[in-house]
Amino acid sequence: MNIGQLIRRGETCWEIPPTAAMRVPAVIYADEGLIRAMDPKVYEQITNVATLPGIVEAAYAMPDAHWGYGFPIGGVAAFDPDQGGVISAGGVGFDISCGVRTLHTGLTMDRLESDPHRLADELYRAIPAGVGSRGKIHLNPHEMTAMLTGGARWAIDRGFGEAADLERIEERGCMAGADPAQVSARARERQREEMGTLGSGNHYLEVQRVVEIYHRPVAEKFGLRTDGIVITIHCGSRGLGHQIGTEFLKEMAMAAAQYKIALPDRELACAPIRSPLGRRYLGAMRAAINCALANRQILTHLTQKAVDTVFPGVRLELLYDVSHNTCKVEHYTVNGRKKELYIHRKGATRAYGPGHPDLPEAFREVGQPVLIGGSMGTSSYVLCGTEKGANRAFSSACHGAGRAMSRHQAAKQWRGRELVDELARQGIIIRSPSLRGIAEEAPLAYKDAGAVVGAADKAGLAHKIARLEPVICIKG
Amino acid sequence: MPRAQLPHWEHFDHDADMGIRGIAPTLAGSFEQAALALTAVTTDPNAVRKTRTISIKCRAPDNELLFLDWINELIYQMSTQHLIFGRYEVKIEQGELTATASGETVDRERHQPAVEAKGGTFTELRVYRNEEAMWVAQCIVDV
Repeated sequence: MNIGQLIRRGETCWEIPPTAAMRVPAVIYADEGLIRAMDPKVYEQITNVATLPGIVEAAYAMPDAHWGYGFPIGGVAAFDPDQGGVISAGGVGFDISCGVRTLHTGLTMDRLESDPHRLADELYRAIPAGVGSRGKIHLNPHEMTAMLTGGARWAIDRGFGEAADLERIEERGCMAGADPAQVSARARERQREEMGTLGSGNHYLEVQRVVEIYHRPVAEKFGLRTDGIVITIHCGSRGLGHQIGTEFLKEMAMAAAQYKIALPDRELACAPIRSPLGRRYLGAMRAAINCALANRQILTHLTQKAVDTVFPGVRLELLYDVSHNTCKVEHYTVNGRKKELYIHRKGATRAYGPGHPDLPEAFREVGQPVLIGGSMGTSSYVLCGTEKGANRAFSSACHGAGRAMSRHQAAKQWRGRELVDELARQGIIIRSPSLRGIAEEAPLAYKDAGAVVGAADKAGLAHKIARLEPVICIKG
Repeated sequence: MPRAQLPHWEHFDHDADMGIRGIAPTLAGSFEQAALALTAVTTDPNAVRKTRTISIKCRAPDNELLFLDWINELIYQMSTQHLIFGRYEVKIEQGELTATASGETVDRERHQPAVEAKGGTFTELRVYRNEEAMWVAQCIVDV
């Protein structure tokens, strides 16, 4: 990105003042190295977001921002329904509520390292991963509707996990306001064999070792200790969410003129929050959030069964479950007035600070765990939300490393077999149905997650708590 | 005949996702080629056996929306029927597309499917004639 286009507001804060149709400034959080390497498309896309009706304060880009469609990945924007604010299908994305959950195993590295391949094989057998994989749970129409309404609560009621998990999931496992009637027959059909599947691309299940603690008191609250083993699952709402994204993106793009919304880019397709189309999308999107929460809950159950086979009696306990692609109603003080806003986070994590009433009791004193995914061979991080974050970017932080290279380039540069062998030499076991998929997901095709979380930490969006390294990765 | 004037497909770069592009002397041909590019997001189209054929119909007010509908219909069929296609035959008349897609059930050993397409997007969505008077149909696919 051309640094000359930006006004530096601090070590990790860059502003683009409003010009032309922009209603508010755009703000990018990144250090100088990240901003120089950032795709210029982020500039174009985040300034486009700043033109949307009813946007509040600023359009934000996180340190891992890169070229998306409509919104950049790593884009955050808040809209005020009282000011004609909009809801944007492009601002949420196709993989609605794609997110991460991290599970404590209670194991330490010394127990795992005696035979890590057995656990890798059991997990690979238990978790349907990759293109063409099918889940074993087929829902009849009544159960599909119940799942879309109940999310992880539905899954737990059906025996997939423990009720205690709900406290550790955003929205306590069930997104209110879901309207399954707005989920089309095609979206339901796409989900028919995909409950309890991981998906492909950057979706994964990883067994990770805690290697570094940055803040011991908060790490203890999060249950993280050096050499402890955790399991992280990254996936979303699968075909159902993809189909809802496909359908509403088109409908909103075609309806923009009717709502007198001038779209600088059709991918910013949106509708007023207070419109029939806006309300329909919200109902469908919230149902897709529940689908993602149910899916991650089922995957947790499958993971538990695999772990139990290798380590009888070991019980997985949820640290936390966060989503990356959502629009949620939250309350913030804007110009001295408490407002109900619709916060779009596309490739960004909610990061509530200490004291937030929506946090589980266990974290209310310290702030919300923010889970940052790595890239198969690189570190993942656990961060913690801050009080300051509410004023910096509506309590939002980065979500991962963010891609630095296209799949095409990555596949040209690396061979899957060589990567698997190289990672094995580093002590990382990979299981995947596709060697080409592994090449496209090569660890170095992503930005340096350490630099990304370092910038988020310095910007005060979230603070670093712990670093995790992969031991086993089941790649979709 | 130079390659530029033969029907062909290509991918173009996008940071997170993949660009698909079909190029052919006819509009319908460019849609066929772009669909091969869509298959190639997941696997080598030449490695796909043509044991099953399905029919597809779409109608849209302009060529770009028709192209997006075509790509999204293929994604839907692949997703719900676990199919992968290696050959496409497309006819377009007065805004209506009728087509067949031939392929087989995904075989994870043989196809080594890399990544699934979630949906076609408006990003880089263009249907036009290039300087060689060839039809070009393209968009970014979210993967």
